[in-house]
Amino acid sequence: MSYGGLMAALAALVAALFCASLLIGPGAIGLADSLDALLRGRGEAVTLVMREIRLPRALLGVMVGAALGASGAALQGFLRNPLAEPGLIGVSAMASLGAVISLQTGLAAAFALALPLAALAGALAAALLILVMAGPRGAALTLILGGVAISALGGAASALVLSLSPNPFAAAEIVFWTMGSLADRSMVHVGLMAPFFLIGLALLAPLGRGLDALTLGEDAAEAMGVSLRRLRLTLVAATAALVGSATAVAGGIGFVGLAAPHLLRRAVGGAPSRLIPAAALGGAVLVLAADVAVRVIAPDRDLKLGVMTALVGAPFFLHLIARARREGL
Amino acid sequence: MKRRGAGFASLLWAGAFLMGAAAAGAHDMPAPAPRSSSPAAAGEAPRRVVSINLCTDQLAMLLAAPGQLISVSMLARDPRSSVMAEEAQALPINHGLAEQVFLLNPDLVLAGTFTSAATVGMLERLGLRVERLAPAYDLEEIAALIRRMGGLLGREAQAEAMAAEFEADLAVLRAGAAESTRPRAALYEANGYAPGEKSLAADLLRTAGFASVAAEFGLDYGGFVPLELLVLAEPDVVIAGRPRAEGAARGEEILVHPALEALRARRGVEVLPDRDWICGLPATLRAAGRLEAARRALEVGK
Repeated sequence: MSYGGLMAALAALVAALFCASLLIGPGAIGLADSLDALLRGRGEAVTLVMREIRLPRALLGVMVGAALGASGAALQGFLRNPLAEPGLIGVSAMASLGAVISLQTGLAAAFALALPLAALAGALAAALLILVMAGPRGAALTLILGGVAISALGGAASALVLSLSPNPFAAAEIVFWTMGSLADRSMVHVGLMAPFFLIGLALLAPLGRGLDALTLGEDAAEAMGVSLRRLRLTLVAATAALVGSATAVAGGIGFVGLAAPHLLRRAVGGAPSRLIPAAALGGAVLVLAADVAVRVIAPDRDLKLGVMTALVGAPFFLHLIARARREGL
Repeated sequence: MKRRGAGFASLLWAGAFLMGAAAAGAHDMPAPAPRSSSPAAAGEAPRRVVSINLCTDQLAMLLAAPGQLISVSMLARDPRSSVMAEEAQALPINHGLAEQVFLLNPDLVLAGTFTSAATVGMLERLGLRVERLAPAYDLEEIAALIRRMGGLLGREAQAEAMAAEFEADLAVLRAGAAESTRPRAALYEANGYAPGEKSLAADLLRTAGFASVAAEFGLDYGGFVPLELLVLAEPDVVIAGRPRAEGAARGEEILVHPALEALRARRGVEVLPDRDWICGLPATLRAAGRLEAARRALEVGK
């Protein structure tokens, strides 16, 4: 399939799942009624459900998935290591920590943008730390060990802050910050995430050429006029904006940043400039599908998204590894 | 040698941190008492009563003689959970842990039937008398709870007076609800929890003259209801709590979700804090009275 064909197919899949996300829910609403309410505002209760409950959920599914997929692909391209993933290297855990701190100190209540900004700061710290530790080559061992340490630190600190909260409901939410969920999110959250999401994508877009050059090696990239320093700084900023804002509204969702680029790498031929947009669409597909699945499986339980992405993603991922070994790749 | 020294220093540092944290947490706890030589004889009123459950805390505070109740649980001081948070400020608090309770040397420990079985078992093994009170599932049971607490504390006369007044007030409320048009009310709490038909909160609604939407969801004791089902049920009034001021929880964000706010704006608005229906207390009836007034206002408005 050509690259254009692949992108068109992915976009069609995103569109189909976006519609499914709008049309599937615990309240059985007919197709015609749903669309009538969504587009023309017919029916008081149904309109409220479509516009204030399902629409923000579907929109966030696209944005969160795209943010995780694109940042995963970009990190993997820069570190030339397929294990680089926001969840695995601790960026999501530290973003959660930032969000939790801003919520528990009352900062988020005082000023709404404090929530995504704090998550962004956490993500920024983790991304800087891991890139400094791993170096431009992204040694696998350093990446994994550093990632485990940063993830554990972020997770433990979030759990500590939530356990000490005067609000008895807060401690029960440790699982949200590690597994992620889109349940009961509203247009307020869409508004909080959107600016950072767009900034992150805008920062990431021009990096493709530099990342392509980097696949030939650092020296070759430098010779082609790519400033590695600038590339790295822009990448860190973009990852922080994307993962930070996604985590602030949806919690930490694992596996998407790992699986989306991996599934598409062969189809696009491996060049980061082509992989990043494809992985963004692929990530949106994964998160939307997982979010539809949790509503079909347990409509009244708020099953966490991370449960689905890992349950479905992990066996598939193992299968891919087995196949790659069999084929001697 | 240098490396070992550094490792030892960090161990010390970690130890100091933990002890500092323990000391910081300890300042609010009651001082341990010397073991008494003669526990209260059978039939005699207990003199050192410790309560480790929010509901027994509040009932005991209402009925105990001065000085009889020596400690209540930490939740009793939380104004969102307890209707007697101010009174509880005057009493030392406990965290419901067996060791801490034992060191207070009580001759009676009050617990709920849902209190950790491990804690209650440990206290009984240590030879303490533990009484467990079941939560109230309807308003009638509150009068029985008041009398039972009075009997346990040796305050039968005070309890009988309180229970009789409660029953009289309840009868008035129930009679008032008889000619209600039964507007449909939905109770909605943090995380989308809706108390069911057999809960105290539902009896509160019935007594105030509402029909509960929980029945339409098929909820017996309670369960989680997705926000969109609540919206589609189109209740006449939504009765919900508000998020607390201190310490944010995502579970409480649903209480200010734009869809719920829109529902509140179009339908009735009624705020019922959690503390009014968690425990069966005389104050529960005052909450029922407030809901009844809201119901009458709603019916007049129609």
